[in-house]
Amino acid sequence: MDTQWEILVVDDEEITRESMAAWLREDGYLVTTAASGREALDATRGREFAIYFLDLKMPKGLDGIETMMEIKKLYPNPSIVIITAYATVDTAITAMKEGALEYIVKPCNPQEISLLVGRIMKVKNLERENVLLRQQLSGRYRFQDIISKNPRMQEIFALIRDVSSLRSTVLIQGASGTGKELVARAVHFSGDRADKPFVAVSCAALAETLLESELFGHEKGAFTGAVSQKQGKFELADGGTIFLDEIGDIAPKLQLDLLRVLQERSFYRVGGSEEIRVDVRVIAATHVDLAEAVRQGRFREDLYYRLNVINIRIPALRERLEDVPLLARGFMERLSHELGKEAREISEGALKRLMEYPWPGNVRELENAVERAIVTCKNRTLTEADFQFLDTAVPHDQAWTVPEGLTIDELERRTIIATLERTEGNIKEAAARLGIDRSTLYDRIKRYNIPR
Amino acid sequence: MNALCLLPLGPVDATVIEMLDRRLSERFALPVCRLNGAVVPGDAYDPVRKQFEATHLLRAVRAAAPHDRTTVLAVTMEDLFIPMLTFVFGQAQLRGTAAVMSTARLDQRFYGLEFSPALLRQRALKEALHELGHTIGLTHCPDRQCVMTLSNAVQQIDEKGEDYCRSCRILLADTHRVPA
Ligand SMILES: [Zn+2]
Ligand SMILES: [Zn+2]
Repeated sequence: MDTQWEILVVDDEEITRESMAAWLREDGYLVTTAASGREALDATRGREFAIYFLDLKMPKGLDGIETMMEIKKLYPNPSIVIITAYATVDTAITAMKEGALEYIVKPCNPQEISLLVGRIMKVKNLERENVLLRQQLSGRYRFQDIISKNPRMQEIFALIRDVSSLRSTVLIQGASGTGKELVARAVHFSGDRADKPFVAVSCAALAETLLESELFGHEKGAFTGAVSQKQGKFELADGGTIFLDEIGDIAPKLQLDLLRVLQERSFYRVGGSEEIRVDVRVIAATHVDLAEAVRQGRFREDLYYRLNVINIRIPALRERLEDVPLLARGFMERLSHELGKEAREISEGALKRLMEYPWPGNVRELENAVERAIVTCKNRTLTEADFQFLDTAVPHDQAWTVPEGLTIDELERRTIIATLERTEGNIKEAAARLGIDRSTLYDRIKRYNIPR
Repeated sequence: MNALCLLPLGPVDATVIEMLDRRLSERFALPVCRLNGAVVPGDAYDPVRKQFEATHLLRAVRAAAPHDRTTVLAVTMEDLFIPMLTFVFGQAQLRGTAAVMSTARLDQRFYGLEFSPALLRQRALKEALHELGHTIGLTHCPDRQCVMTLSNAVQQIDEKGEDYCRSCRILLADTHRVPA
């Protein structure tokens, strides 16, 4: 045996639990026994066992299923084997439905228990190896919540470290789904403002007047519906950082207001006359080419220079394909826990498939793909087959003739309608497939008056 | 192991006891004493399962030991069980001084086959070495030929050899001064 695994045997009958413990000890395991659910919980607090054998019927206190539920609150995926004296379909179904790994009917054939224990331990050993591997990987390639071993991303990590404690404005550029907010958070949380607020605002999500009051707050009666005074995001972010996402989308009036805040470090609430001073670091992000927008006269040049003091340009995922396995494993670990699924591994074939895909929706699309695969996956391992839906997401060489007289707007409108139909109205999924932000998608739905 | 005693519980095939006496004293290089046969303790009997519970027997065996540093191996023809399992071939105190083994399922007649005294003795020796290995502190061995490999069926007993594997012998010699 590679490592000594610990097993917990819980049964109210002394001879039953002690003889079972003795039998398992002869197999080389460290075994702890508990006479009740309470004792079991005391034993496992702060120490996870490789297997829990829980007797279903314990007359006093918690029964086996209740004990299992409590253990599951302590650990995400405990290996629990429920022991029943009588094979009733009901209890078996209940046990499995509530998340038991296995149930056995006592008395049980020794061969059966040996195989069961051996099977669980094999998985445990594999998991332990993988966890070690992952810890090594994520330690080396992780910066805050960003994982990457790509050289350009590593340069970005270094840049973030250098500028995190400055007050200079940061402009983050990158396509949708590249993780602009993660970079903004990394700047904030690795600097000396880390214990102060980080306030994120998506500028594309709100209409001009609403955005104005969202950013600067309003006085009571400033406009219809302003029934009380409200603080804006700039005030809420005082001492910390405000993250303005999709800054390229804001209207000319707001561009001017923002310029003033960046110059004066002060502003007025909507409908207010009192000047409010704040100490806020501004981090802005955009997926559009701001320099180009300046040339076209859609974005103020002076504001652009105010924002673009420190520039971080995030590469698209297809430019950092070496990160795909790391990211996929990272997402799998977090999402399978969040979704309460068993997926623990990802096959070589699946990784290969992921590395061949162009990822128009970048890291967010990868995250969505992993989530979708976990939801539909029936096993502990995500395989190529679980990512089959990627084949339909990007038609490779589909013959398609552009209809006569089709406008770009009409093309966009039809594409969005078709995608929403395919995702059955799932906005998050549709946005990922279209390679745009959810907020951008909402904006287009509104603009084209698309029924939902 | 300082000293070893054999304790027949209930009627036991005499040739089995004689064989164990000789082979175990050779293997562990110490004299083996034979305790007077005792009845199988009745409180270990389960009338529903018609088997004796091994943990109860083990405690009774320990109580029958002449000296607390003497290892006692009890042998019975009765079928043994623990509550979790349908049967056990035997049970031992890990790093302890008591072991119990049953010849019930080592006998071909249990499976409706013709009695083979030689096969019974061979299996009994393997089972005795296995349980005594546990009392000395060995746990199950991955080597399928080793007498310390886990056997859940009599076929698995027949497949393994009559001695400890090299690594188990080293463990025995190093930590327990049993001759390799
Ligand atoms: Zn054993
Ligand atoms: Zn061995």
